[in-house]
Amino acid sequence: MKKILIIFAFSLCFSGEVFSQNNLMNLFDNGPQQTIYTQASFKTTRIVLGQSVESPAKGDLIFVIQHHFGYINQGPYQFFGMDLATIRLGFEYGLTNWLQVGVGHSSFGKTYDGSLKAKILRQSTGKRVMPITLSYFGSVGINTLHPRVLAVNYYLSNRLTFLNQVLIARKFSPSLTLQLTPSLVHRNLVATSTNDNNVFAMGTGGRFKLSNHTTINLEYYYILSQQTAANYKNSLSIGFDIETGGHVFQLYVSNSEGIIGQNFIPGTTGNWLKGDILFGFNLTRTFVIKKPKQFDK
Amino acid sequence: MKRLLIPVFIILFALPSFGQRFITKTGNISFFSDAPLEKIEAKNDQVNCALDTQSGFFVVQVLMRSFVFEKALMQEHFNEEYVESDRYPTAVFKGKVQNMQQINFSKPGTYPAVIVGQMTIHGHTQQVKATGSFTISKDLINASAKFPIKLANYGISIPSIVAGKIADELEINTDFQLKPLKH
Repeated sequence: MKKILIIFAFSLCFSGEVFSQNNLMNLFDNGPQQTIYTQASFKTTRIVLGQSVESPAKGDLIFVIQHHFGYINQGPYQFFGMDLATIRLGFEYGLTNWLQVGVGHSSFGKTYDGSLKAKILRQSTGKRVMPITLSYFGSVGINTLHPRVLAVNYYLSNRLTFLNQVLIARKFSPSLTLQLTPSLVHRNLVATSTNDNNVFAMGTGGRFKLSNHTTINLEYYYILSQQTAANYKNSLSIGFDIETGGHVFQLYVSNSEGIIGQNFIPGTTGNWLKGDILFGFNLTRTFVIKKPKQFDK
Repeated sequence: MKRLLIPVFIILFALPSFGQRFITKTGNISFFSDAPLEKIEAKNDQVNCALDTQSGFFVVQVLMRSFVFEKALMQEHFNEEYVESDRYPTAVFKGKVQNMQQINFSKPGTYPAVIVGQMTIHGHTQQVKATGSFTISKDLINASAKFPIKLANYGISIPSIVAGKIADELEINTDFQLKPLKH
């Protein structure tokens, strides 16, 4: 017993250095536990075609070029779809860390769109635990095709389409994020009486990280309202994201010709099994408009 | 038996009260990455630091999430892809002032300092030697140092996809205003 105590006393003397350092460390009483918000659930503001819960940080402006080609099953005459193009150019700006406003124009139906995304709940751990991130996304589209093309002189109100989405996502691990997206598309005027003005759809999507800079993404919108489902297909897209700092390149294949939700959720006609698959990409670039206060000079 | 217990307890309880201790919880650390394609700077003004002027022990604790970048995306990528602050929330330095005999902590003035210790970042520990200075004024010790660290030493790799945007070696600047610890 004496021997043990002597050894203990000696070892204490020799471990004094580590002991004292740890003792100094103990002075950093780290205070009350903080809330740690989950970040980077997705690489950018879209999973593939549809919205993700992400929005630009306060003062950041995202410029997005969305481009896709025609169906690959159109054969060599259309160079496997490469001769055809649908494009959308858009801007998204972070007014605050939870509120995004956006504008864009897409060649599909010559549609202008204005949108808003608000983060209502943020996934967090620590002091306040929140299992999910929940955002609202709303968009208004105006089809501006010339009356000659439409063969009818539409009123402005007849050209409007609306999209309302609740985005519910959880980052299960650094690699895996899944999202549910209940959506409602309202079109003031539809092509035939068999089409619904209101189309309900349930979107699902997710991303899996292959490396810190690359992810594989999957997105599927299931149309819940039956009328529209008759001759329209559910939208299925598979994407591959490459993030290089300020840019994100999203390469994808999809059966949807439309680019904004109002167009691709209720209006997808492509059939994957028949080869109605197109190749496309989104290119996003983030610009800093307002710097954080520590960097104001 | 009892005679031995007493010195053991004396050692146990006497150690923490040795010397005079100085502390701050709002120390500054900034780092700078000077790569051909991009200059990156980050600042942290929530750093914990403590100094024992008797023993020369000097410890620093940094919450990685508290670094602020000019671009919010850089901050996100720093935490998510490079230092993985979910898994390794803090960086720690435990060191000792090597030239204690050249520093008189009770006499105001500026003294050069050499500190050697163990730095742990991203779960990797390295022996580090930093040269800086202590500026002693009434009731305040300013400790500042500037030193480089190699990212590869801490298991932080730079993928070819961002080559030219992040330097292999970062320049670290530290500035701590240490105040005496009130008992």
